[in-house]
This record gives sequence, structure tokens and C-alpha cells, in this order.
Amino acid sequence: MEQTISTIAFLVENKPGVLFNVTNLFRRRGFNIESITVGPVENQELARMTVSVKADTKVINQIVEQLDKMVDVIKVKRLDPMRTVMREMVLIKINTIDPMSREEALKCVNEYHGLILNIEPDSIVVEVTGEPNTIDEFVRKVQPLGVIELSRTGVTALEKGHLKL
Amino acid sequence: MVFMTGAEAFIKSLEKENVEIVFGLSGGAILPICDAFNESNIRFLLARHEQGAAHMADGYARASGKVGVCLATSGPGATNLVTGIATANIDSSPVVAFTGQVPKDLIGRDAFQEVDIIGVSASITKYNIQVRNPNEIPYAVKAAFDISNTGRKGSVLVDIPKDVQTSAEEMHFPDKVAFKGYRIIGEPDPRELDWAATLLARAQKPMIMAGGGVIASNASSELLKLAEFMMAPVATTLMGKGAIPSDHPLYAGGCGMHGTCEANSLIGEADVLLVVGARFSDRTTGSIQEFSANSKIVHIDIDRSEIDKNVETVTRVVGDAKLALKGILKRLEKVRETGSPDSPWIKKMKEFREKYAIPEPRDNPHFKAPSVIKTLRKILPRNAIVTTEVGQCQMWAALYFDTYAPRTFLTSGGLGTMGWGFPAAIGAKAARPDVTVVDIAGDGSFGMTENSLATSVEEELPVIVLILNNRMLGMVAQWQRIFYGRRYVAVKLGKTPDFVKLAEAYGATGIRPGDTMELEKAIKDAMDSEVTTVIDVPIDPEENVFPMVPPGRGLKDFLVEA
Repeated sequence: MEQTISTIAFLVENKPGVLFNVTNLFRRRGFNIESITVGPVENQELARMTVSVKADTKVINQIVEQLDKMVDVIKVKRLDPMRTVMREMVLIKINTIDPMSREEALKCVNEYHGLILNIEPDSIVVEVTGEPNTIDEFVRKVQPLGVIELSRTGVTALEKGHLKL
Repeated sequence: MVFMTGAEAFIKSLEKENVEIVFGLSGGAILPICDAFNESNIRFLLARHEQGAAHMADGYARASGKVGVCLATSGPGATNLVTGIATANIDSSPVVAFTGQVPKDLIGRDAFQEVDIIGVSASITKYNIQVRNPNEIPYAVKAAFDISNTGRKGSVLVDIPKDVQTSAEEMHFPDKVAFKGYRIIGEPDPRELDWAATLLARAQKPMIMAGGGVIASNASSELLKLAEFMMAPVATTLMGKGAIPSDHPLYAGGCGMHGTCEANSLIGEADVLLVVGARFSDRTTGSIQEFSANSKIVHIDIDRSEIDKNVETVTRVVGDAKLALKGILKRLEKVRETGSPDSPWIKKMKEFREKYAIPEPRDNPHFKAPSVIKTLRKILPRNAIVTTEVGQCQMWAALYFDTYAPRTFLTSGGLGTMGWGFPAAIGAKAARPDVTVVDIAGDGSFGMTENSLATSVEEELPVIVLILNNRMLGMVAQWQRIFYGRRYVAVKLGKTPDFVKLAEAYGATGIRPGDTMELEKAIKDAMDSEVTTVIDVPIDPEENVFPMVPPGRGLKDFLVEA
């Protein structure tokens, strides 16, 4: 069965245990969640989660049904990649002891419309936002310069047009 | 608004749900709630192990259709409930479990008898919740009962820290609770009914497979009407046994691994298979690829996530089985004639029935399990309730014990929990004190919850335990005989215990009949007895249950002998 990355968005009750119950369903089928983002929505009682996971399409459809029947899950939708905007952010700390690599790093950041958040004599912290593929690309580019550490937020997504969850 | 403690609010909430009986054990973290029972008419039925309490609540629920309630303390009390909660949940039985918890300020500090039961029970309950404030108790109890007993039924656990039981607050008792994320699809979509009816209208060889959902939605009479209108043979899954009377001419028997050859063969031949309230368990379907390969499958289920989970269907109806069956029949009546009892399909059914007829079993001279069960059936009234343990005894009961009404054949189907039958029988007796209740047991299973004898005797709930005693974990032994070249490991139980003496030690009656006549007398005496009777029937340790479909094979590949 073909494994593809699916992005699933849900609205859930904003309370303890819900995240556990949701991720538990993926764990049971042995899926490693590639990324998960959670945050409250307009109405603070609810939270919106975005999960991306690599799995068989058929099994994902069934997991979506199982998520939908959970009492604390209000709505679930598997997002159509063609009809969705997706964004992820990465914070990345680059080693800049070598002035050449500092220059190279700044060039890359500019190219990816990133922001420089902190400058130390021997390192910089930068922020880049984009589609997950773009982030992968950026990370690959700065890797040779010496990445001290990085942190990715995971994908967050909204459907295009007037569609909503 | 009333000012009261959490424990008092708990009892009041149970009373509002018309709870008559709670199965459970006391313990440190549930003391305030136990104390509050002093002020109530709700019966607290004391189990001897929390697993037993959960199975009793489950048996009560299955026999009555009402929610079964069990209660335990924190830590080991709560973890002992786990098997019982899981058993009820997978068989969609409405059970609500309440557990005590250590006081809030001790939670997470590894306090005495602290277990994170919310975490533990998450994947074996339909819903669970920990109450953090006393005034949430009425809401949580109401929610637990609602969720447990609506839609696809299941178990719900409510965890109540001790300080939440003791503190007092203003309480409001809601008549209704609402969840944004809990929607029940009762009424099926008319378009789905149209599609299902269209497909069934064209069927030349229609077949119905009825599961536990038919019983849960009290849809037996609708099922019968539809079957008779279409002249469609009906097979039942293990959970569906009782959905149609065993002596109905259209009843083909159980299907699946130990189904009848007739039912399994018909499923292979049907052109349209209507599956009602069943979830295509591997024990029911055999090899998924080969399952009902010649048919288009129509699936009725209240749980949308069951559709296409294991078996691809051509069309589905999501909703309550009773309403769905009614809707389909209404549509069929407009477009199709009543089926003929002389159709080639019905002739085929009769042909299979004759071909695979099982000769009347006899005890000759030693007891044979099928014949023991037939003897039991002959003596019991039609409305008697039978529970089963798990393994050979269960499959013999499924094959040979004729069932005439829904909720009279109760068994742990999904989880296959050994030790379920006896406490469940006690729970069923509590729900239906006027009816004879029999646990068809094996010696291995009965040993797992035999301490429930104390409860049945002390609480005056007499049931009959009929042990098919082969001194073996018989089903595992059967697999070792057939698939592992008779290399027995971990199946021989030896000569102990003496179940007659064991029963007597608990103040119950124990008897070991020597022949069929004595067995008949023992059953009759037990029916009149005011205490529980354990009838220990020695059978041949080498006896196999047939027919049997070997694991992973298609249903038509049944074996009728080793």
C-alpha cells in the first residue's frame, strides 16, 4: 500500500488529555507522527490541531473516522493538498566563527526571506517560514555551514477559499 | 441548587439515572462514596475481586439493556477493573465504571494506591473523565450514562479523587448534557436506504448476517420481517446469537471459525449479503480476501468508522439497525414481491442443511459436550439466560445451545475473556431474578473467577454453573493437537481443584453427575435451588469442537473432523 504524507486538521475541546487520546490512535496503528501543532482558536474553549503523518491512505481514512467519533473531537478533516496553504517555521542556530560562513549564512537567510533574531560573536539564530519542503531545502543549504541546533514548529494549515473546518 | 458533598451528589446522580444496583468493592480512596450509600436505597453488591464486579455489571447490562454500574477504589482496585471494562467496550455493552482516586494534591506524586487510570483506560473505554471539582460530579455522571448507552454503546470510566468526594459545594443536576463532538446518527440517510434497497431488490440469493447491533438496538422483529419478506437465510455472528430464534426455518446458524457448515457455505454462495450491526471480526470472516467472495455486501452499522474497516462494502447504511431495517423493508415492499419458499436459493439452503446435518449427539457411555448442552437446553425453559465462559465450552454452547430470544445468550465475543461467564451470570440474575441463569463453563475459565461464588451465595443470587470439565485449557489444547502435532504446553490442569468441594466450601451446592439421568436431575434440582449450584461434568480431554475453520482460511474451508 502506498504511503503518503497526509495532513489532518481537527477542532477539539481545549482541555487536558485530548492530545493524548488523539495521538494514541496513531500510536495504536504504529504511525510515527511527522509533526503536530496545537493552539487555541478564536473561541478559547476549542483548540485546532494539525497532524501530518505518513501512512496508507486507506488506513488514514479509517483513523479519521475513528477520530471523528471521539467525544472530545468536534471536527476532523483530511486536507486536500491542492486546496490548502501549509506553513512551517524553523528556528535555527548557525555557527559563525568563520566570517565566510557568516556571510554565506546571511545570504541564505535573505534568499529564503528569513529573519535574524539574534546575533552573537560566534553564532546567529534565524527564523525561516515556508512550506515544509522549503524548510527542508533551507536546512540542507545551511547544514554545511555548521548548524548548532534547530527547532521546527511542524505544519500548520488552512484550506483556501471559504472552506472551513 | 443544593449544597452537598461530592459523595452525596454522586449518589443523588445515580438515583436520577434510576440505578438500582452497583457492583463493586470498597477501599480507601472510595470511602466517602461508600459511606453515602448508607443514605440510599441503591443496592451495593459486594464482589470479591474488581474484575468480577465489572463482569457482573456487564452481564447486568447485556441481560437488561440498561447501564451496568461498577465501582472500585484507586490503584489496584482500578486496574483490576481493566479487563472487565475492555470486555464490555469491545462488545459494545453499556457499562459505567467509577473509581476512587487519591486526593488531587497527591496526584502525580506516586501516592499510596495511586494509578493513572485515565491514562490506563484511555484505549479501552468509549470515554473517560476525571472529576476535578465536586460540582462537576452531577454533570460527569449524567454524561457517563448518556455516552455509554447511546450510539454504539460502550464502557465509560469516571475517576473521582477522594477530596472531590468529601468537599461540599452548590450542586446543579442537569437533565441533559451536550457535547459538541458527540453526534449520534440514529435516523439513516434516506439515500443510503434507497441504495441498499435497490441492491437487495435485485438479489437472487440474498443472505443476512446479524450481529450484536441487532440485539443492542432491539431490532429482532424488524430483522425477522425483512428476512421473511425476502426469504433470506439468516446467519448470526457470535454476538448476534439470539437475534433470530434458533428454530426459525430461515436460521442457518452461527457463522465464522466455529460456525455451522450451513451458514458458512451459504455466505460463500450468496449474491447479496446484508450485514447488520456486525464489525467483520477475523473470527467471523476467516480469510478477508475470501469472505463472501461472490456477494455484494451491504453494511448497516451505527458506527461510521466500522464501514470498510475490515471488509469493503458496496453500499452502507449508517444508523440505528432497527430504523435501517424498517426503512429498507418499506422500500423493498414497493419494488419486489415476497420471496418464495420454493426458490432455488431456499432449496440450496435446505440442501446444505441436510448435507451438513449433525447427528444427534449422545453420551455413550461417557459425557459428550454437545450432548450435555442439548440435555441442558431440553430442561431449561425457553426464556432461560445462558452466559458462557471462553474456549471450547463457548463454541459448544454457540453451536448446540438453541437460543430463542435476544439477550438470552451472553458471551464475551470480542475480547474472549476467560472467567467472564460466571460473574456475568450473577449480574444477569440481578437484572432478571425471575429467570433461570446458567453459565456454560469450562474448568479453566471457571477457575479464573470462582471467587464470585461468595458473592452469589451471600447476595442470594443463585445461578447454575455447568462445568464441561476436561482438566484442560481445552481450546488451546485443541489447537496444539491440530496445528502443533500434539505437543502440549501449558494446557494440562491436573486433578485439582475438586469443584464439588469448592462449591461446598463457599456454601453453594456442588454435584458431579455420573450419567445423563443424573445430569438431568442435577439441572432440575439446581433450577429449584435457593443457592448457586456447580454441576461438574467430566468430559473427554481429547474432545474437539467441530466444525472449525483453520485460522487464516476462508469460511468454506471448514474441517468437520481432525
